[in-house]
Amino acid sequence: MAKCISWFRDIGLDDRPKVGGKGGSLGELHRAGINVPPGFVVCTEAFEGFIDALERCSPLRARVEGLAADDLEELGAVSRELRTRIEDAPLPADLQQQIRDAYGRLGELGPSPAVAVRSSATTEDAADASFAGLQDTYLWVTQADLVMRKIRSCWASLYSLESLSYRLRHGIAESTVAMAVVVQTMVDARTAGVMFTRSPISGDRSVISIEGAWGLGSALVSGEVTPDRWVVAKITGEISVRDISDKAIRHSQSPVGGVEQLPVEESLRREPCLSDQELDSLRAIGRQIERHYGRPQDIEWAIDRHTERILLLQSRPETVWSNKDNQKAAVTRVSDPLLHVMSIFGGRR
Amino acid sequence: MNAQLKPREFPLPSSVKVISGTERAQAAYPYHIQFSKADDRKFWFYNSMHFPEPMSAFDMVTAEAAYCALGAANTRVHCLPTTLGIDHRIINGRVYIGGNAVTDPAEIARRTAEFQKRAFYYYQNWESLYAHWKQKMLKLIEDATAMPDPALPEFEPLEHVHAGRGIASNHDLLVTYQKTLEGYFRMWHHHFEFLLLGYGAYLTFFGFCKKAFPEITDQTIARMVAGIDAEIFRPDDELRRLARCAVELEVDAHFLEGSSVDDIMRSLRASGEPGRRWLEELQTSRDPWFNINVGDGFYHYHRSWNDDLSMPFSALPGYARSVRAGEPLDRQVGRLRDERSRLIADYRELLANEEERAAYDQMITLAHRVFPYVEGHKFYCEHWYTNLFFNKIRSFGAMLAAHGFFTNTEDVFHLTHYELEAAIIDLMNSWSSGSEPRGPAYWPPIVAERKAAIIEWARHETPPALGPVPDVIDDPAIVMLWGITRESLDNWLSAGAATDSNEVRGFAASSGVVEGIARIVKSVEEISRLQQGDILVCHVTNPSWTPIFQKIRAAVSDIGGSMSHAAIVAREYGLPAVVGTGNATSKIKDGQRIRVDGGRGIVTLLQ
Repeated sequence: MAKCISWFRDIGLDDRPKVGGKGGSLGELHRAGINVPPGFVVCTEAFEGFIDALERCSPLRARVEGLAADDLEELGAVSRELRTRIEDAPLPADLQQQIRDAYGRLGELGPSPAVAVRSSATTEDAADASFAGLQDTYLWVTQADLVMRKIRSCWASLYSLESLSYRLRHGIAESTVAMAVVVQTMVDARTAGVMFTRSPISGDRSVISIEGAWGLGSALVSGEVTPDRWVVAKITGEISVRDISDKAIRHSQSPVGGVEQLPVEESLRREPCLSDQELDSLRAIGRQIERHYGRPQDIEWAIDRHTERILLLQSRPETVWSNKDNQKAAVTRVSDPLLHVMSIFGGRR
Repeated sequence: MNAQLKPREFPLPSSVKVISGTERAQAAYPYHIQFSKADDRKFWFYNSMHFPEPMSAFDMVTAEAAYCALGAANTRVHCLPTTLGIDHRIINGRVYIGGNAVTDPAEIARRTAEFQKRAFYYYQNWESLYAHWKQKMLKLIEDATAMPDPALPEFEPLEHVHAGRGIASNHDLLVTYQKTLEGYFRMWHHHFEFLLLGYGAYLTFFGFCKKAFPEITDQTIARMVAGIDAEIFRPDDELRRLARCAVELEVDAHFLEGSSVDDIMRSLRASGEPGRRWLEELQTSRDPWFNINVGDGFYHYHRSWNDDLSMPFSALPGYARSVRAGEPLDRQVGRLRDERSRLIADYRELLANEEERAAYDQMITLAHRVFPYVEGHKFYCEHWYTNLFFNKIRSFGAMLAAHGFFTNTEDVFHLTHYELEAAIIDLMNSWSSGSEPRGPAYWPPIVAERKAAIIEWARHETPPALGPVPDVIDDPAIVMLWGITRESLDNWLSAGAATDSNEVRGFAASSGVVEGIARIVKSVEEISRLQQGDILVCHVTNPSWTPIFQKIRAAVSDIGGSMSHAAIVAREYGLPAVVGTGNATSKIKDGQRIRVDGGRGIVTLLQ
């Protein structure tokens, strides 16, 4: 069997057909010199090989193509059947070995490292953003066997009711559907959050909005804690907004696997979860990524509890304001530059 | 604003009463600047930015000359399309002003055509006109410097007689006085020759930045435009130079903290050659760079560094210590210039498209073109010339005091400039007739009454504005010079209704957060109370205060915007600053612990 594993350092956005949107983006960040938690991608060939093997036993893609998008009952039955087939079938031995080896290399940091297993669809990020949310993410997975089970779960999520009905409604051919899976070391985060490299409120491209909370980013993303919020001038680093909130809870790695919710120590609840120096480092990283991609970004980050290093988990192009920009009439050049002063001296327009 | 909370109205001018017992002092001001019933129809605001304290009778000449010149420039010279000049009134020593907007669209169109023929010519020929302006100003200063101090000899000098001069020395008093007054009015015309056009070009860029980057701070825009080697920094640069000289000549030990200027000068003179050489260096700095006064130049008692060396000398020990410690003392002009260029380029890169970038280039180019005038004129007008003017009037005060008109030279500033001319003519007449002047019996009780009125007026608050609130403030002059907008009026109206909080808000002038002890410095005499590490809380600062920024951790002022002196210097020194708070000096207690958040414009009272 061909090599089905790609390390982040070896891939970039151009490899999206093979490694999916998430995988390509992480590779691209790594290439741009940004710290991302180490990891690898199980490429689409692995998925295709695996599905092809299933097809050889009994048809799979044809089962989907024969369905009507509005027949939810039938859709549900087929979904359950295909998901079970995918989740129960063993991976080819060669692929198993490749994943065990790769996972083992992540383990150089310590035995049985906790990883995130995330689906990385080839259509994700490129098409409808809401579709991207349909695939699964599994956090704090330890041991190679469990990693492999979660990889199959990711693949199986392509056959969820929502995914199937989405593809049927949009006429997406089953033969074009493929999925890569990202396996990435988890960050035991002291603080985690998101940052937009433009103002989510005004669309201002000269500021960076940063939100963060104690512990893992899941508490913030799920809305279980009101994050601290800062607005930082992208160029000067000036901090114009500091909203420090009462952060009652945090998410943490559970000793029994998965995530648990813990109360935040009283003394830390109303303390800012980032120092000014960390805010400035985040600003520099945000600028660097934005420059690399040539457009504003929506970024997830975390600070490692042990190393205090800032790590980037994900970066996507910002969409809300970018779409508005296209409609906005810009202030334009005028033939005589002096006419600009009439905006002051000419009175109300 | 909440619909139920209908804003309170400002009082009508006719409802503001002259404070009891000060009626005669109020009557001293000319009839045309007393409020009348007709003034109730117009909106007025207290010009606390330029005239934060009650004005003595003579000092009113500044309002008269300045508004005369400002109005001429706006109404008749450049023909601003939407505004004429500014009217002023005085009550209880407080100067209220009101603009005259042009609202008729046809008239605006007619004035726009004129404006573009006039103002655009200025923009196009800015450098050569500004060079010409400097020549005019330096000539005016030279003439004022050359004017003799008034003197009346017992007998006319024999050479005058033999030369057939034909006029006697008493006539020279009138000539000198009238020329002095004429020069002051002329200076204000020069002052406004470029000012509104300069501010307008700056605000055009400012407005563009606010549109393109809605959350950009005022101070960032100011940093993109501000000059690096502007004259405003020069007096402080000279002090640093003198500190370096003192260390090189090894005379810095003479600058003991707490020593009087006289003691220091005496010990320097006694130190022989090095001391003498340093004093020579001092002389070259003084002329002209110590011609800055400790206020905005609008009050006769804002004296200059040249008049009182204690301010510049108080900064020398600190600077000398830095030199000894090998710290870099000079402003890093090259570095600052590079930073400004990078800032401009980085913001440019963030613009949405090439069209916007082209407009940005056009506007910042114009802003840079006009800014040397905006920053530079103050040194020549409000400082250098104004010092000469008030000192010349002071010399008349000294002469009149010598002839018994006053008990004290400074009393002269309690006469209006019309009255002063009368007093001078009184003296001229008595000198010629050989009889006693009438002034010594006439003026002392009036001066005493007016002095008491100033003290009384200062004890009373005055409304921030009077008359009907306009729907919009569309007068570019008022928006530009005073930062008054409809929003700020709403804030003034609601200020009385707001509950007391432990916060004081103003313009975010220079970012950073520090906590420390507040030191309220109400006048320049109180500057010596500042301890290393204090937070300066003051009414307003100006270039002569620059050296004290080495001592403080943050600055808070009642008055000023993002381009005010305190803001500019705080940014240079990297200190947090909140300016234009309106009431920090009255709300914060001396010695109180406060937190200054210069990035947000908030001062928090901690105890």
